Amino acid sequence: MDTVAPPARFDPRGLVELDERVPGTAEIDGDKATFDARELTTRQINLELRRLIYDLGVHEVTVKNPGAKHSLGVAILARCRITFEGSIGYFACGLIDGPEVHITGRVGWSACENMMSGVCVIDGNAGSLTAAALRGGDVVIKGKVGARTGIDQKGGTVIILGDAGSMTGFMMQRGRQIIVGDAGHGLGDSMYDGTLYVGGKVASLGIDCVPGDWTDADTEFVNRKFSIYGLGDPPPLQKFVCGKKLYNYDQLEPSERKLVL
Amino acid sequence: MCGIAGIIYRNGNGAHRLGADMTRMLQSMKHRGPDSTGYALYRRPTSELIMRIKLADGEANGDIEYADRLRHRRREVEARLRAAGARIDSIEEINDYTIAATLDYDGELKRVADYVESVPGAEVLSAGSALEIIKDLGDAKTVGTSYKLDGYVGTHGIGHVRMATESDVDISNAHPYWAYPFSDVAVVHNGQLTNYHQWRRRLERMGHRFASDCDSEIIAVYLAQKMQDGASLEDAMRQSLDDLDGVFTYICVSDDALGMAKDELAAKPLVLYEGDDMVVLASEEMAIRAVIDREIETYDPYESEVMVWTR
Repeated sequence: MDTVAPPARFDPRGLVELDERVPGTAEIDGDKATFDARELTTRQINLELRRLIYDLGVHEVTVKNPGAKHSLGVAILARCRITFEGSIGYFACGLIDGPEVHITGRVGWSACENMMSGVCVIDGNAGSLTAAALRGGDVVIKGKVGARTGIDQKGGTVIILGDAGSMTGFMMQRGRQIIVGDAGHGLGDSMYDGTLYVGGKVASLGIDCVPGDWTDADTEFVNRKFSIYGLGDPPPLQKFVCGKKLYNYDQLEPSERKLVL
Repeated sequence: MCGIAGIIYRNGNGAHRLGADMTRMLQSMKHRGPDSTGYALYRRPTSELIMRIKLADGEANGDIEYADRLRHRRREVEARLRAAGARIDSIEEINDYTIAATLDYDGELKRVADYVESVPGAEVLSAGSALEIIKDLGDAKTVGTSYKLDGYVGTHGIGHVRMATESDVDISNAHPYWAYPFSDVAVVHNGQLTNYHQWRRRLERMGHRFASDCDSEIIAVYLAQKMQDGASLEDAMRQSLDDLDGVFTYICVSDDALGMAKDELAAKPLVLYEGDDMVVLASEEMAIRAVIDREIETYDPYESEVMVWTR
């Protein structure tokens, strides 16, 4: 049997491993597994995660020493629990559908981008574009986040315990964000729909983002989310929604409109 | 895309392995820019003027007159250094086309720099009592090895890996930029400036020269001009947020300080680590982890932020 791993292959500029062998280094204990990512490349880590979750049916994976590498835990489409002990770089846990992820460090830009369902709890800070185009599930950031959180958000909930940067909720179409700290300039700029709750100061509202009326449903929602993640009592929050002045809700195509008129 | 990095050691005894640390950081960000790599490294200020001069821009080695031309240019450069009133203490030959001159000179820096650059093909990469700029094509390992930076000991520095978007791939267009003609100031930049031509014309009318067509060069010269007018590094950087248009994150260094500035859209990344022993900043956390091998607290600065640390 060939036991020597072939040398890693790179493209002509030495940038990407084209082909990678599954490392198979995880220690598996029942339906739990742990592996050390220090010496592994991005692809090796993701291949190992896939092997454990898809092939071996492991339900709980712990990744040690992720070392702020990019694109870890991307596109896992199964119900499972993944813990990253440390920080991850850009594009962490994008496109996931089902997993409950816990990151004990911080994440770079574009974490949980296009996430479909599941949970991602980040203990540290997050970069810009967190939960961009989020479709569903909950993203909880215990630190602060950069700019444009939930840009183009289409569902799900983002909870930020710290401050949020500028253009938070830019062009969001559905879903909710709870920002316990302060929000930067241009909050909810050009949003179509959805709800933003802010506990701290808002530097400025974006175009067509207006204060909304608080209802019992809002109280119930916020309390429920805070109790699920053990975040204590929610602080007093302000609600912001779309003013619906910026665009025309007419669903007709231009050619159809001519017929009606 | 480009990657930028900076490191300033809080314990200012100047005995840190700056070159090796910077190479590790830049190499880990190679995917952000494989075209060229540059360093601006600082050591404890000396009483002399260190001037790094590029004699040619990596011209084809097959040219049979190349060596002659370099010899001729070097002779000319030395003659003009003397003509400008500088005493040459020593000249180190870094490679075929780069020399580092140690000068005894107390006149106006612009005068001696202009004298050198009046030699066709010669460019002053950096000048100052503590600053040295090293830049060339290739990744950090290639540049770091060929310029023997592994053993470079210093106090603080910045670096850059370049993915060319606005101008040519050559040494003149590589970062960092020395803030001609201001001693010991250098800049690295990630982004694009949209009012580049306005500022370039404005600064050229004030008498500044530009060694490249790269938009980033105006940041260095702009800051130098503001500081010459009496602004501190931090004030100059704050004014730049209003004066420069486009998307940018840049790091500027002087002989005793290192600062970062981010545009009002926060469109370009930067991750910060502020420790007791050092402050490290880079486009990606990976680069910080390349020099600090433990779990650390890092964060992204917000839009329109300017921060300055002194060594």
